[in-house]
Amino acid sequence: MIPGPFEYHRPTTIADAVKLLCDFGDDARPLAGGHSLIPMMKLRLATPSHLIDLQALEALKGIRREAESIVIGPMTTQHELLSSQIISKSLPILHEAALVIADPQVRYRGTIGGNIANGDPGNDMPALMMTLDATYRLVGTDETREVSVRDYYQGAYFTALEPGEIMTAITIPVPPVGHGYAYEKLKRKIGDYATAAAAVILTMSDGKVATCSIGLTNLSETALLAEDAAQLVIGTALDDATLKKASAAAEAIMSPAADGRGPVEYRKHVGGVMVARALKRAASVAV
Amino acid sequence: MNDITLTREEREAKLEGLGCRRKRVEDIRFTQGKGNYVDDLKLPGMLHGDFVRSPYAHARIKSINKDAALKVPGVLAVLTAEDLKGVNLAWMPTLAGDVQMVLADGKVLFQGQEVAFVVATDRYAADDGVVAVDVEYEALPVLIDPFKALEPDAPVLREDIKDKMDGAHGPRRHPNHIFEWTVGDKELTDAAFSKAEVAIKELISYQRVHPSPLETCQCVCSFDKIKGELTIWGTFQAPHVIRTVVALIAKLPEQKIHVISPDIGGGFGNKVGAYPGYICAAVASIVTGKPVKWVEDRIENLTATSFARDYHMTAEIAATKEGKVTALRVHVLADHGAFDACADPSKWPAGFFNIVTGSYDFPTAYVSVDGIYTNKAPGGVAYRCSFRVTEAAYCIERAMDILAQKLGMDPAELRMKNFIKPEQFPYHSALGWEYDSGDYQTALNKALETVKYEDLRKEQAAKREAFRRGETREIMGVGVCFFTEIVGAGPSKNCDILGIAMFDSCEIRLHPTGAGIARMGTKSQGQGHETTYAQIIASEIGIPAEDITVEEGNTDTAPYGLGTYGSRSTPVAGAAIATAARKIKAKAQMIAAYRLEVHEDDLEWDVDGFRVKGLPEKFMSMKDICWAAYNSVPPGMEPGLEAVSYYDPPNMTYPFGAYVCVMDIDVDTGVYKVRRFYALDDCGTRINPMIIEGQVHGGLTEAFAIAMGQEIRYDETGNVLTGSFMDFFLPTAMETPHWETDYTVTPSPHHPIGAKGVGESPNVGGVPAFSNAVNDAFSFLGSTHIQMPHDFWRNWQAAKRLGVTG
Repeated sequence: MIPGPFEYHRPTTIADAVKLLCDFGDDARPLAGGHSLIPMMKLRLATPSHLIDLQALEALKGIRREAESIVIGPMTTQHELLSSQIISKSLPILHEAALVIADPQVRYRGTIGGNIANGDPGNDMPALMMTLDATYRLVGTDETREVSVRDYYQGAYFTALEPGEIMTAITIPVPPVGHGYAYEKLKRKIGDYATAAAAVILTMSDGKVATCSIGLTNLSETALLAEDAAQLVIGTALDDATLKKASAAAEAIMSPAADGRGPVEYRKHVGGVMVARALKRAASVAV
Repeated sequence: MNDITLTREEREAKLEGLGCRRKRVEDIRFTQGKGNYVDDLKLPGMLHGDFVRSPYAHARIKSINKDAALKVPGVLAVLTAEDLKGVNLAWMPTLAGDVQMVLADGKVLFQGQEVAFVVATDRYAADDGVVAVDVEYEALPVLIDPFKALEPDAPVLREDIKDKMDGAHGPRRHPNHIFEWTVGDKELTDAAFSKAEVAIKELISYQRVHPSPLETCQCVCSFDKIKGELTIWGTFQAPHVIRTVVALIAKLPEQKIHVISPDIGGGFGNKVGAYPGYICAAVASIVTGKPVKWVEDRIENLTATSFARDYHMTAEIAATKEGKVTALRVHVLADHGAFDACADPSKWPAGFFNIVTGSYDFPTAYVSVDGIYTNKAPGGVAYRCSFRVTEAAYCIERAMDILAQKLGMDPAELRMKNFIKPEQFPYHSALGWEYDSGDYQTALNKALETVKYEDLRKEQAAKREAFRRGETREIMGVGVCFFTEIVGAGPSKNCDILGIAMFDSCEIRLHPTGAGIARMGTKSQGQGHETTYAQIIASEIGIPAEDITVEEGNTDTAPYGLGTYGSRSTPVAGAAIATAARKIKAKAQMIAAYRLEVHEDDLEWDVDGFRVKGLPEKFMSMKDICWAAYNSVPPGMEPGLEAVSYYDPPNMTYPFGAYVCVMDIDVDTGVYKVRRFYALDDCGTRINPMIIEGQVHGGLTEAFAIAMGQEIRYDETGNVLTGSFMDFFLPTAMETPHWETDYTVTPSPHHPIGAKGVGESPNVGGVPAFSNAVNDAFSFLGSTHIQMPHDFWRNWQAAKRLGVTG
């Protein structure tokens, strides 16, 4: 649990950071809160020769409202998300989800960017971002791209982020006032990745689901958007038969790995249970 | 001086003796981060060692190339088995009569086995060196499933002893067989089964777990070439035993070996044995002439140093239709891993597993244990229990529940019906133990009344009906456990380690001003000895506990002792304290008599001094006697006031307890909620109730962890799947249930102060209480036994198998 040798860099501008990442290419890794990369380095599963610390980049921090969107700097910590009035008012599901990420110590250091950028399927925020239909701003030496979250995740630890690019902003459209939301996460203990988790954002009209989106955590190589399941519940009052169908539709797209959290069969089953429970709870808080 | 204005009660309170909820004196330094642990030690010129470990569970080593590692800046040496052979240390003896490779000699036998030891100027360089050592392996067939170990075509693991068919504990019948240990009357037991009205049989497995103390195993070895002396600071639960082992295997004179255990951050049995890291650090220090530190990391601790349990117990009980037990028969398949490195007293290859008759009056019983080798890490330590006692308690307490289920009887009622009765003590069990004292009925009744047991059963019945009607997806379980432990190893007639009797010791020296120091052969790893030992002295000789320093862990100053594990500190060393204190008191009485100018027999003890019978104003306090001991002793008497006691216990002690766990399980996710956990412990005389409660809380938390999630799991090729706290379940405060504690007091008749020991009771009793709660929850669906650990997915799997979920 001792990392190999590396050079430490602490750029103060985005341009410098991008340049360092470009210059060193595959030998460099950006460092956000350090809660994914540092453990990997201690196990020597990651052995970057250059560590580009993003802590000094003030431009990557903060939460603000821009028209009908919330813009979050990727270096914003989970703790800052939890403390933000903007988040708890406009994106309460993020508040709820951040509370079930690891423990307070980790949340003081761990950032939302670190959680979403590297494509770790165990992390909670990617499924939230999918459910909320976020857009990531990626800055490279030559161009700045806005990439939809739904195009970002390509496989476990594979994303649309090109070598030499840094994520600089996360833009989330604000869901309608009175929307229902829930993040149901089953985990073995505090600090663990989800055995299965489901995020739901929905709106209700006359007791029936008007719009719905469902995201799934740690049930495949990437976070998933359960589109069929979401489609199935629209226009219904979430009766038991519909919930059952929605769970089954969600389970159909899951392909979790068997691990200490349980065999595949179990993880899919509880994935379905989380979907049904999140739908019900989201509907109960919608107005 | 005795303050005569104080009442007797005030004088007693001032002593903070037996029964006082005295705050732990060690916590002043621990809570301020001022503890002094092995890794805090930094000696000038100190080097750091780290291991190259095997990625294979079973492989032949074709070659080891050190060249690249020796070129890494800072790397000074790379030791392999070939180097250790030069000093005859490539192998070392184990406590269980086997031998164990220090560094892989020709082959590796488990994943994580030590292959080479890299010594460098700092910890980073050592690890860089480890990565650079090139080892070529040839994979061999792997044996992980213990049930396949004795098959004719099973791979032969221990080629070094494959033709040696007489082991340390009798004949071996297969190259992977270590021993067969039997106890009890087979014929009588078989006969009882052949005419049994009711019988049950179940394979009850206790999975492989790990003690996982927060501080891992570590040491600093420093060899002084001029004096020829070796000093070892280490995380040793038994420092004197380590000194003797080093003397025997390193052929150093024992007086030139200094073993020091500084503060220890938890042991739980993990720190009893001798590990390759100690040997390699010592050799490296002798070779380099510099101090060498070795600190295990978390993955190494979980995968390579001693595991616990891995006992597969086939239990059978014979009984009458009315539920009176008539016989117990148990066969155990004991998976010891690649070397037999169990930390049991030498003559007890299966520890005290023959306590398996538990709290019940079995007329006859028979136990056989087969120890076997597999491609797993060696060990088999007593993880917060006396030797194999938690295995035994789990076995009998599960089996009693299964019998109750078969009889259609309430499990508490079945226990009550079969208890050893108070008048039967001292009780001779069918498997050879003499239980010292007990009042089981009173304890269980108190537990059942406190938890309102009958109401719980009514609620459960209603809930089961509601479940059947589809109104709830939760099932409710009530786990009852009544355990009897056997601790305080042990009497020299049946307990030794490497030939050294398992006594323990205390040396008390009182100073002229009425303060003193007690030096002990035990070693606290968090038990609070500095607090509780002083309380025993306070009550025995009237010196306030705060005026007594308790010192442990330095073999140069402490009297020889066998260390702290198996709940032996209070039963054995606690008795040594009382006997040493009584020797002091006897001398003090002579001094007082001389000073008060009366005959000794005219004196009576009064809280903190001696008083002349019938003359209450003629009193001499212990404090004044201390002063007198240094200037005016009776003619012919040596000055000073000190005593040593080496206490060889006449018997073990038998703490017991009644635990009840109430649990709800969601069948759709397998998620459980522990609604209530009540623990009644009877550990005899209670020295410090607050420390007892703390011990019970800690032991229950470990029991919860074991029953509900802990497991060292291997895949079929021998990869350890649970090498970190991500996957090895160590509950946080968030997962841990609330604990309710309670007690009865049945003193041990043979212990000087009647104390029995408590540190491990909660682990012994807690595991079956949790497991019985889970099994009880599922029992109405037709299940008799579900194997531990009862984690979420296994609960769900059970529900699915029983047809009540998805």
